Amino acid sequence: MEIRNPRIQEIISEENLVYKKTSLMTDKALSYCPGCGHGVVHRVIMEIIDEMGIQADTIGVAPVGCSVLAYEFMNIDMQQASHGRAPAVATGIKRCWPEKYVFTYQGDGDLAAIGTAETIHACNRGENIAIFFINNGIYGMTGGQMAPTTLVGMRSSTTPYGRDAALMGNPLKITELVAMLPGTYFVARHTVHTPLAVRKFKKAAKMAFENQKLNKGLSFIEIVSNCNSGWKMTPVQANKWMEENMLPFYPPGDIKMNGEIVKKAEKAE
Amino acid sequence: MGKMKLMKGNEAFAEAAIRAGCDAYFGYPITPQSEVMEYLAAQQPQLRTGMVLLQAESEVAAINMVYGAAGTGKRVMTSSSSPGISLKQEGISYLAGSQLPCLILNVMRGGPGLGTIQPSQSDYFQATKGGGHGDYRMIVLAPASVQEMSDFVKLGFELAFKYRNPVIMLSDGIIGQMMEKVELFEQVPRLTEFDQQWVTTGKTPDRERNVITSLDLDPARHERHNLKLQAKYQKMRENEVRFENIDCDDAEYLFVAYGSCARICQKSVKLARAKGIKVGLIRPVTLFPFPSEEIGRRAAKLKGILTVELSSGQMIEDVRLAVDGKVRVALHNRMGGMVPSPEEVVDALLKSFSIR
Ligand SMILES: Cc1ncc(C[n+]2csc(CCOP(=O)(O)OP(=O)(O)O)c2C)c(N)n1
Ligand code: SF4
Ligand SMILES: [Mg+2]
Repeated sequence: MEIRNPRIQEIISEENLVYKKTSLMTDKALSYCPGCGHGVVHRVIMEIIDEMGIQADTIGVAPVGCSVLAYEFMNIDMQQASHGRAPAVATGIKRCWPEKYVFTYQGDGDLAAIGTAETIHACNRGENIAIFFINNGIYGMTGGQMAPTTLVGMRSSTTPYGRDAALMGNPLKITELVAMLPGTYFVARHTVHTPLAVRKFKKAAKMAFENQKLNKGLSFIEIVSNCNSGWKMTPVQANKWMEENMLPFYPPGDIKMNGEIVKKAEKAE
Repeated sequence: MGKMKLMKGNEAFAEAAIRAGCDAYFGYPITPQSEVMEYLAAQQPQLRTGMVLLQAESEVAAINMVYGAAGTGKRVMTSSSSPGISLKQEGISYLAGSQLPCLILNVMRGGPGLGTIQPSQSDYFQATKGGGHGDYRMIVLAPASVQEMSDFVKLGFELAFKYRNPVIMLSDGIIGQMMEKVELFEQVPRLTEFDQQWVTTGKTPDRERNVITSLDLDPARHERHNLKLQAKYQKMRENEVRFENIDCDDAEYLFVAYGSCARICQKSVKLARAKGIKVGLIRPVTLFPFPSEEIGRRAAKLKGILTVELSSGQMIEDVRLAVDGKVRVALHNRMGGMVPSPEEVVDALLKSFSIR
């Protein structure tokens, strides 16, 4: 769009630039609901790849879930995986290109329900890949059904009266679970709902890529995120609800660093 | 001539994989094909050629590792037996939909369900008609000897890359387990160059990003993709039909059989001819594409065709389509791991067509 107003033109000049979209995000409009965390996580991962200058050596794996079309937004070589199998797909890629950077991007249904076996075993083998795990406590793409991570009492389209642990089981803290496996080198939980949280996540995401050079095992980052559509809330309400309900159960912080479990996850911000 | 070795079918397949310059094998143990991974492990292919060998946590994981590895443009394979091949079907559909080359071996055992570990040919429909969801085909090679368990690895990779499509070797417990002399081909180097038009190597500035996917939410574009796939399968039908004729020229009757049943029928041809019955054998080597033209061409001159199968009668449907009613097609079959003797097959021929 051409802007004619000279005042605006002056404001948007190069020297006033405070933020620029990385060229590793394509110009395609994001298909995510406004306020959804998926887009922020995409951007941060692409910024890291850009800053590290590893675009030519990076392959991403997209899941089945709202982020199934991640490859339309991420300007890198990518492969789309079947539901839950991204860690196996990434294993196949990484074993064939051990020098390249390989990551998966997966939702909670994808990673912690249908793909539990692939997740646990890729972690346990210590595949030198990074896993980005978007936990929004729900199946966003299929219209808001219960996920393995759905909180007790939380409503979804298949738990319209709230999740009853006695009938439907308990929410699964798969991140704590994979941290116990000797194959994981770095395990952390983050959020992207405040600027500070985004900065912290970015540091962790960078480490997840840098770790791949060490060949010491898998880096696993959970991002507790919102699904305002699935939760039937406005984006602002969803973030507040997430802070009050999700984060006490899924507390952000480092869980395992350099292959060692760290004391205790830090309190919710 | 190369050196002859005495090997099991499964071992010959595994040795051929290394020699064919295979880059990666992903598998999960199941009888009667576990020797494939065991042989590979003993050979330490990572030292011999740099080939990756990984025992996966399931057949589902194994086929998805194949899918990921195939996306890198390398030569990759997996092997299993019937129940495991069922688990791989979603992955195979993704491989076909994303147009990725790979080689899959099914050493068939009897079903349904857990069935039996004994040989069978009851996965014919699954291999030739699709198996997984969606409109897709694989080239299906049917080895009938230990020699072919080796040779078809090389051929299979060639065809997989020629069409960017999965190729399946449909073997069975007899061919996999039996020992025969085999002449192994010379070592082929592993791939060092990759087609930058589609493989995932990491996006370089000189090209657009490569995306491997089977998804397209735009109906018009997705229909075009399907038409492209169908055109490819048509090319396979035109160019890749393979079969073997034994004593067909003066034949009044024909056996049609593949794999281990073809071996049995070879003996049956001799026994029947000794009795003065003019019978020949057509052995389909590719089950998809099926040698329909060859069988159809001969139909009008025949008095009868007997298909011999270790299933309830699956290939017979393709034989009947091929002859288009021009001659009666009968079935002799065994199931559940039972295998017919050559004499039994001759008797079935005599009975089916009231030959005296
Ligand atoms: C084999 C298979 N089963 C089910 C589906 C349907 N499906 C698509 S996305 C999805 C859930 C995804 O939820 P999640 O992984 O939490 O991702 P989100 O959309 O919440 O980001 C399901 C069940 C499918 N595509 N494939
Ligand atoms: S449905 Fe939920 S997870 Fe999916 S894009 Fe919308 S807000 Fe995000
Ligand atoms: Mg989810």
